[in-house]
Amino acid sequence: MKIFAILRVAARALRRNKLRTILTMLGMIIGVGAVIATVSLGNGAKAQVEAQIASLGQNVILIFSGSFTRGGVRSGWNNAGTLSVDDALAIEREIPDVTVVSPEIRSGTQIAAGNQNWSTTILGEGQDYLDIRQWPLAEGSMFTALDVRREGKVAVVGKTVADQLYPDGNVVGQVLRIKSVPFIVVGELIPKGLSVMGSDQDDVVIVPYTSAMKRLFGGSNLRGITAQASSAKALSTAQEEITDLLRQRHRITPGHDDDFTVRTQEEIAEAANSASQTMRLLLAGIACVSLLVGGIGIMNIMLVSVTERTREIGIRMAVGAHGRDILMQFLTEAVALSVAGGILGIGAGVGGAKFFAWLRQWPALTPVDWICYAFLMSAMVGIFFGFYPAWKASQLDPIDALRYE
Amino acid sequence: MSSIIQLQHIDKTYHTGEVDVHAVRDVSLRIDKGEFVAIMGASGSGKSTMMNILGCLDRPTKGQYLLGGVDVSGLDRDELATIRNQKIGFVFQGFNLLSRTSARENVELPMMYIRKSTSSREQHERAMRALETVGIAQRADHHPNQLSGGQQQRVAIARALVNEPAMLLADEPTGNLDTQTSIELMGVFQKLNDQGITIVMVTHELDIASYTRRNVIMRDGKIVSDLPVGKRLLATEELNKLRQAHEAVQLVP
Repeated sequence: MKIFAILRVAARALRRNKLRTILTMLGMIIGVGAVIATVSLGNGAKAQVEAQIASLGQNVILIFSGSFTRGGVRSGWNNAGTLSVDDALAIEREIPDVTVVSPEIRSGTQIAAGNQNWSTTILGEGQDYLDIRQWPLAEGSMFTALDVRREGKVAVVGKTVADQLYPDGNVVGQVLRIKSVPFIVVGELIPKGLSVMGSDQDDVVIVPYTSAMKRLFGGSNLRGITAQASSAKALSTAQEEITDLLRQRHRITPGHDDDFTVRTQEEIAEAANSASQTMRLLLAGIACVSLLVGGIGIMNIMLVSVTERTREIGIRMAVGAHGRDILMQFLTEAVALSVAGGILGIGAGVGGAKFFAWLRQWPALTPVDWICYAFLMSAMVGIFFGFYPAWKASQLDPIDALRYE
Repeated sequence: MSSIIQLQHIDKTYHTGEVDVHAVRDVSLRIDKGEFVAIMGASGSGKSTMMNILGCLDRPTKGQYLLGGVDVSGLDRDELATIRNQKIGFVFQGFNLLSRTSARENVELPMMYIRKSTSSREQHERAMRALETVGIAQRADHHPNQLSGGQQQRVAIARALVNEPAMLLADEPTGNLDTQTSIELMGVFQKLNDQGITIVMVTHELDIASYTRRNVIMRDGKIVSDLPVGKRLLATEELNKLRQAHEAVQLVP
């Protein structure tokens, strides 16, 4: 029996009961569609997170004051007040794998320019900060080492701040008042978008950390230190060396916890990946459950179909069909059902993801390999759940089947 | 003449619960090429079992069945299916056509299961030739529910003929038809038989049996009588008589 003839018989049988066919396929459509849609959205989110991690800069090591767990008590990253400017300078000086560092102070405050005012984040940084973060300027230039040493009243502003304070677009050279202290804007940054945490990275004013300490906020403790390793390979050794150095400088005896946290860019990427790994496992679970449900629907309908068409099976056997021919015919029908459902499901999933992406301004990326998996899985579901009904049909006795009313 | 069917000491026993039912006991029968045989008997006489064995739908418990010189009593399911496909053409009481499938496609059905491949054009032509033989080629594209009972049975005969089998096996072919249509159908069978086709028919109607050439009577699973038909009816003559009778009572203009 030729495959073309089998397909024609299957197509006719499925057309005969259109509503039933569509309802049976709906199980597969919804299952496959849900999987493809969630994978697309998850993949889009993952790509976004990866881009954000890349936006941290190149070979970046982040050092925060405070530690996650200190003596069993969980404490936050920020403002533990354990890092000093000297620590930062020592890291730059004594660790060969670290090329440059930027001590960091961060505080939120109200700023004003002309008759506009805006609440934003003030970052006190070193002169190399923008190089470490690989953050180019749209206009103007970064403040210099001299500005840092002199506690210069100079600032670089992010795109959001520039838009808010200088609506006419003329930014560089303007006066910016931070806590009533006038600063001169020397540069405007190109937009960088959202951070890993979801905050607007462009809503920022960067000033020399010395100025931030002396002229704005007082104090001598750093929130953190951003360091750049000489290469990607040097990241983990640099991380260890920084840890050793800081423990030594802070006189932490062996057996006591660090009072600071050192994270490399790699570790942050891994944390994000492991989160999406969990997500992917969850999706695989949903996929299995929905395909199981769809498959059971197909099996159910195929069993009904075999019973309904007992006489047809009898006729086919009487005129010479082997058990194998009957098996192939019903198996083909089941696979046609599941594959057609799968294909429509892929379409629905891609469309649904696109729609959701458009609705919520969320990226959607459908991976091609998942489309292939979905297709293969739906074919396998058809074979697996269609086999028993088809086998049952092939085992019918032609005499009984012919007499069946 | 060469024999098409040779049954030698055939027994068929069904095991239903604790009782063994002997449906056919020690039957020997020989049917030659070109014969037109009616197997007759009341219900329970074993004629349906005989039909199933002759049609290779069932296997005898004991004995030997030679079909066209080949012993088919020991073949398995698939081998029997191949024999049915190539050597036997079935005509059933209930027509047994596939619904929502055109007459031509119904006739093409047995060719679907020929092991060696035939082109769809050749299948198409053979189906049309078979439909012409039974005089219903003009209805090739009609579906069974658009055809009368007599027309449906003609399509079924065309289906039985299409693989050029050794014999036609008809199970109460006129059971669902009225008198005139029954005679017309017997006319079709007689015409085919005149062309040399062997026909075995199971029936319980004596008048239908008298259109054949040989009557085999069964009772309690045994053949009790096997005689040539003395006063053979010819369908063409009977139809003429029927028409005259109808005209006499002005049933037809």
